[in-house]
Amino acid sequence: MLQYIIKRLLLLPLLLFIFTIIAFILIQAPPGDFLTSYIAELAASGSSMDRAQIDALRTLYGLDQPMVIQYFKWLGRLLTGDLGVSLDWQRPISELIGDRLTLTLLLGGGTFIFTWLIAIPIGILSATRKYSFFDYFFTVFNYIGVATPTFMTALVLMWISFKYYGINISGLFSAEYVDAPWSLARTLDLLKHLWLPIVILGMDGTARLARVMRANLLDELNKPYMEMARAKGMSEWRLVMKYPVRLALNPLVSTIGWYLPLIFSGSVIVATVMNLPTIGPMLLRALISQDMYLAGTIILIYMVLAVIGTLISDILLVWLDPRIRMEKTG
Amino acid sequence: MTRPTDEPLLSVRNLKTEFVLDEGTVKAVDDVSFDVHPGEVVGIVGESGCGKSATIKSVLRIIEKPGRISSGSIIFQKPGEQPVDLVTLDQRGKHMRAIRGGDIALIPQEPMAAFSPVHTIGNQLIEAIRLHQKVSKQQARDIAIERLKDVSMPNPEQSLKNYSWELSGGLRQRAMIGMALSCRPSLLIADEPTTAIDVTTQAQVLDLLRKLRQQHNSAIIFITHDLGVIAQLADHVVVMYLGRVMESAPIDDIFHRPQHPYTQALLQSIPTLKTVNRSVLPTIDGSIPHPFTRPAGCPFFNRCKDAMPGTCDRHAPEAVNVSATQLVSCFKFQSDGSMERHK
Amino acid sequence: MSAIPVNATADADPADDFDIAPNWKLVWWRFRKHKLAMVSAVILMLIALVALFPDFFSTQAPHKTNARESFIPVQGMHLFSEEGLGLHAYQVVGKRNPTTLKMEWRADGDKIIPLGFFVKGYEYSVFGLFNSSRHLIGPKDSSSRERVHFLGTDRLGRDQWSRLAHGTRVSLSIGLVAVMFSIIIGIVLGGISGYYGGWVDMVIQRLIEILQSLPPIPIWMALTASLPRDWSVEQTYFAITIILSLIGWTTLGREVRGRFLALREEDFVTAAKLSGCSQMRIIFRHMLPAFTSHIIATSTLAVPVMIINETFLSFLGLGLRPPAISWGVLLQEAQNLQSVALAPWLLLPGIAVILTVLALNILGDGLRDAADPYN
Repeated sequence: MLQYIIKRLLLLPLLLFIFTIIAFILIQAPPGDFLTSYIAELAASGSSMDRAQIDALRTLYGLDQPMVIQYFKWLGRLLTGDLGVSLDWQRPISELIGDRLTLTLLLGGGTFIFTWLIAIPIGILSATRKYSFFDYFFTVFNYIGVATPTFMTALVLMWISFKYYGINISGLFSAEYVDAPWSLARTLDLLKHLWLPIVILGMDGTARLARVMRANLLDELNKPYMEMARAKGMSEWRLVMKYPVRLALNPLVSTIGWYLPLIFSGSVIVATVMNLPTIGPMLLRALISQDMYLAGTIILIYMVLAVIGTLISDILLVWLDPRIRMEKTG
Repeated sequence: MTRPTDEPLLSVRNLKTEFVLDEGTVKAVDDVSFDVHPGEVVGIVGESGCGKSATIKSVLRIIEKPGRISSGSIIFQKPGEQPVDLVTLDQRGKHMRAIRGGDIALIPQEPMAAFSPVHTIGNQLIEAIRLHQKVSKQQARDIAIERLKDVSMPNPEQSLKNYSWELSGGLRQRAMIGMALSCRPSLLIADEPTTAIDVTTQAQVLDLLRKLRQQHNSAIIFITHDLGVIAQLADHVVVMYLGRVMESAPIDDIFHRPQHPYTQALLQSIPTLKTVNRSVLPTIDGSIPHPFTRPAGCPFFNRCKDAMPGTCDRHAPEAVNVSATQLVSCFKFQSDGSMERHK
Repeated sequence: MSAIPVNATADADPADDFDIAPNWKLVWWRFRKHKLAMVSAVILMLIALVALFPDFFSTQAPHKTNARESFIPVQGMHLFSEEGLGLHAYQVVGKRNPTTLKMEWRADGDKIIPLGFFVKGYEYSVFGLFNSSRHLIGPKDSSSRERVHFLGTDRLGRDQWSRLAHGTRVSLSIGLVAVMFSIIIGIVLGGISGYYGGWVDMVIQRLIEILQSLPPIPIWMALTASLPRDWSVEQTYFAITIILSLIGWTTLGREVRGRFLALREEDFVTAAKLSGCSQMRIIFRHMLPAFTSHIIATSTLAVPVMIINETFLSFLGLGLRPPAISWGVLLQEAQNLQSVALAPWLLLPGIAVILTVLALNILGDGLRDAADPYN
């Protein structure tokens, strides 16, 4: 078991290396180099940068050198923890991202926990009460949950609460806490705001996971060990919880691998619409203003989060399923 | 061997179990009656799909929707206790659950699939014990080791920690039998326990069952499609075809004086030492009709060499006694007015 | 079983029919039983009609702006009036609110605009083949300025009903074209991977793994953001379909590979090999037909994903850009609370997205169940 996880961990640097290449290609993808377009933009808005500043930036990013050199320069700076400076914000990227990253993780983690807490019971009840009213109700709910773009849910809820209750539910903090330093009161305020984006972001995932859980469980419910457990005289509820639910969890755990990336990926849109201070809206702004190093860094962060998701799912699966555990050790 | 005369442990009467599907209703068990006496081994034989499994699932009351028992009775009477009709009990109620696993235990067809792959054998064995006996986990563990010793499991302590897929097929089936025995049931139901394992292990498992029966005097219902296995173990044989009992008789009568054309045909299709080399082994013509297109009348008539058109394809024959212990369900014997009709 | 004469009590044996029916027929029979999927199929056909002839369904040219008619709310159609039965709408009259300085529109119950089917309206071209000015529905008197806006108007006074019809064409076709690209990449790479195995399989599998572990939306955002701004609508359109299918093919690739691996061991493939079929023939004549139904089902389920993703991108302003019209572009008008609070009907294109995605998902599930009843 340990061996398997170590193997995965050893592969991690390689994967990260590939990710930096992809991120770099994305940085370079826009036509023209970003500095030129930045200068053009500055000129258009009336301000300008002095010659020396431009030259300093040019050498810093190695813009006068071939791509490969530029890449390794960037990689070298990443490895020393220097993420670079955002041209748009005129501030170091690490400083810009810090707090936003925490909130992004909080939103993603919260959504993940929310979906699992809701989806598993729904899946279990739908499968054990197949074709009941409950099952049909949630089948409909699941279809609609998957079909509704998250930003629609967000906009509709925002509109309803604004129109009928007069409250603006966007953002993660009340006005007085937006720029305040962290404190207990600020944390409580955050929690008061966080649940709604979590619910909105989690709708689609809840629907998907509940469907996966229902299908897995239906498969398991026909297995001979169910009959055996019944023949032992176990009560129905107890045996369902002990055997099929436990077994149906395994395939569900393997969904973490794609589900976590999906949450973080989807949070970009919800955060933009609801004006949440996460890295999502910052990515959008960076992309539109061609602040490519900031964009590249954020994309890299998303990729790392995704790999962590896959890793968690692998480790959990090994831990949950003795068959995999033995196979990998033996 | 004659049948014991004491009260039957289990008495199944006119049992009907059907599955209501979109495509139609399948009568999986149709008017089945048989008795099991204490310490007796009753073999139920038939081709696949003949309703053997549905019969024992009905007895255990583990028929799940869309299936249901539509009529009949299953009287279970432990010696010295009041008889209960299992059909009248709540399938998932306390009483039925206490009987299931406690008094009537199942040895399943495929031990591999019947054990959960993510729980240890010990976990599942101890659970079975604690469901029916008020004992601590440690005590249950001791009982579990005891039972595994009963079934000659090598290294029982270790095997409690194993997962089912870590054991060989034979050991797995032993563990399963150990689990079935965990509460000393008075009736063991073995559902083709030897089909999923190889021939040598098969013999060992049969030996084990024979030994257990002598030691504990538990009755066994043994289901198989293999007449050879039946011959080694059973006292009484019930031959089923398409949900109906064709013939029910002591083992000697079945092998030496088979009366029903189906039983006769089955026996002829077993190769014996007398079978002439390189001759074609007789088979039964045709195959079992699809359950939805089950013929009216005797279910076997379209494959029967003695079928009487106009009778067999119109009416269902009733079971008649051809001797004190031998029952046959065939019109060949019904024309004789002196024959007593079975209730 | 056919050797036995069928008993008189059993009706004409349907099983006989069953034995000889080709696979597609079996799939169709099973699919037909799925009522909801049938309903979805009909809805999708209607949506497809709109996508094919958006102008016919429009009441106004989609790009026609009218600053004096901005933010008119949903107008609706009515059947009964004092004058008796007849499809009609009421003319809206606007009055500027003196305190908020906002235009406030109100339906005038006295001014009835009679509506008719197949009325004359603006002239349009059908696939460049011929011109027509017939429209499915609209005011009977086209010359008057009593215009109708069934679904209201946007900021620039453009008719949302007509724009929605035109958006249908773009959004639906982007989904289909992106899936088509995905199918091509998926079948080729998945097929190679599954058929040849070995190191080729290894490389393709790792590629799929890496692509699948990428967070799709940020990557798509970065790729679409890097498209040159001066590209034409058509160029952006194709670039976006390709970008979407760049990650989208992996699911299909996996599926195809899995099927190929399973089929490689099947007897009929061995038989074909032994009888000297060429590899191409084995792949295209023997193996592909064995899982086309699965590919169709999986592709159907991939279309709604693509449609939603295009909507996401355009909504964020990174996908298609005006003057192109897609559902996402339409929804961009409702990007923040202010716009929604001012003109909630701008969210209506979202209903079109939900309806289409819903119908496609149900249809896909129905097809999948029909193609493989055991899975």
